[in-house]
Amino acid sequence: MLLRTPLYSAHLKLSAKLVDFGGWEMPVHYGSQIAEHHSVRNRCGMFDVSHMTIVDVRGSGARDYLRYLLANDIDKLSGDRQALYSVMLNQTGGVIDDLMVYALDQGFRLVVNCATRAKDLAWMDACATGFGVTIAERSDMAMVAIQGPEAIAKVAAVIAARNSGEDSSLVASLPRFGGVIIETRHYARTGYTGEDGLEVMLPADEVEAFWWQLHEAGIAPVGLGARDTLRLEAGLNLYGHELDEQTSPLEANLAWTIAWQPEARQFTGRAALSLERDRGVANKLVGVVMTERGVLRAKQNLYCDGIDAPGLLTSGSFSPTLGYSIGLARVPVEAGSSGEVEIRGKRKPVRLLAPGFVRNGKICI
Amino acid sequence: MVETPTDLKYAETHEWLRQDGDGVIAIGITDYAQDALGDVVYVELPEVGDQLSAQDEAGAVESVKAASDIFAPVSGEVIAINEVLEDAPETINESPYGDGWFFKLQMSDPAEMESLLNAEQYITSTEEED
Repeated sequence: MLLRTPLYSAHLKLSAKLVDFGGWEMPVHYGSQIAEHHSVRNRCGMFDVSHMTIVDVRGSGARDYLRYLLANDIDKLSGDRQALYSVMLNQTGGVIDDLMVYALDQGFRLVVNCATRAKDLAWMDACATGFGVTIAERSDMAMVAIQGPEAIAKVAAVIAARNSGEDSSLVASLPRFGGVIIETRHYARTGYTGEDGLEVMLPADEVEAFWWQLHEAGIAPVGLGARDTLRLEAGLNLYGHELDEQTSPLEANLAWTIAWQPEARQFTGRAALSLERDRGVANKLVGVVMTERGVLRAKQNLYCDGIDAPGLLTSGSFSPTLGYSIGLARVPVEAGSSGEVEIRGKRKPVRLLAPGFVRNGKICI
Repeated sequence: MVETPTDLKYAETHEWLRQDGDGVIAIGITDYAQDALGDVVYVELPEVGDQLSAQDEAGAVESVKAASDIFAPVSGEVIAINEVLEDAPETINESPYGDGWFFKLQMSDPAEMESLLNAEQYITSTEEED
């Protein structure tokens, strides 16, 4: 029996094709994954992301605890910045999960992945020993992401109609990575698509009405299929593909998320990661572009020109915005800008570059 | 609702077959197959003049989700291919039995038709897959 979000019947009404996603019955699309992808890049789309795990951390020890638990530093949360992307490392420097951490009026809120829920909660509990914190999973909350160039304006209009112009301005004027809580709803200007937009965390018993208000405002429902092509075009990692417990953030294009300073801050995995940093990493994560006909997919071999050891695709798909296939791959750090991918027995030429192919609706490669 | 027209023949590998007269048959993939594949992005077609035997690989369909081989349901010579699919592969999703046809064969052995499935048998075979 698969788990269902509070939006399950809404998905049925919108003709969603439902699939098993990490034990949840979720929409992979509502008719056409490619059309939904374009609607986010060109206008606005909304995603049910209620399958993700929301965990609130409170108590006098919350700050110290999270500065131990997370490789990025939550002291960066202040002023305009109310949301932070971080990884959570095991003691060998491998990634347990990647997540967003948000400041609350009292304490902090983490949003972690769906498939890693049980192990994340167990790890968080284990690390809490000696800290004065309460860790509370918010299974009473749901989450909707609204993404695209028109997202802020459309959500602001929905808020103005329901609440007030004042509340609406609070949301419309959020800086990137800003956040604000209005009554029961937590709005953050964050996302996973490379577009502007919001992620909204709200009570599960309010989300269906909210979803239909957004729908009435002309926002297209978008499934998890398009979510993957959007994040891939944006060069963003997906846990289980670019990240896992055997993978260092330094080999996953996430060195920028490690807050080494202040040196006195002990976070889990710091010792192992410092050794690796000082030794020099062996691999790097690159973007892959193939203009030949065909689709790059995870686990295909990638032969980098002039290098013996093959690399491996960690993710791949067709890019609707570019019109050909893109991917992410782990390759030796010496790899240059060209190679060949082995697809169904044939080798096809590819370009290697820094991850990231589309930003704010524009192709940037 | 997935459609399976009763005037066509089917293979378990999700190809449909339409008899156009004089031993010419048109071949494509079923509504069930296009629905399972999702948005099609590339199609590989055989070449005009290719001699195919029943169950030979005759091409491939690549969707955002997966790549899938196409098999010749019967033996014959390829006499036409649907070039529209090169630039508009989504035609397969939109019209799997009409504009989304893949190629046409001049059948070499009409008796092979007997081992194909009718609509009801094909639907049953898809239910067994699920």
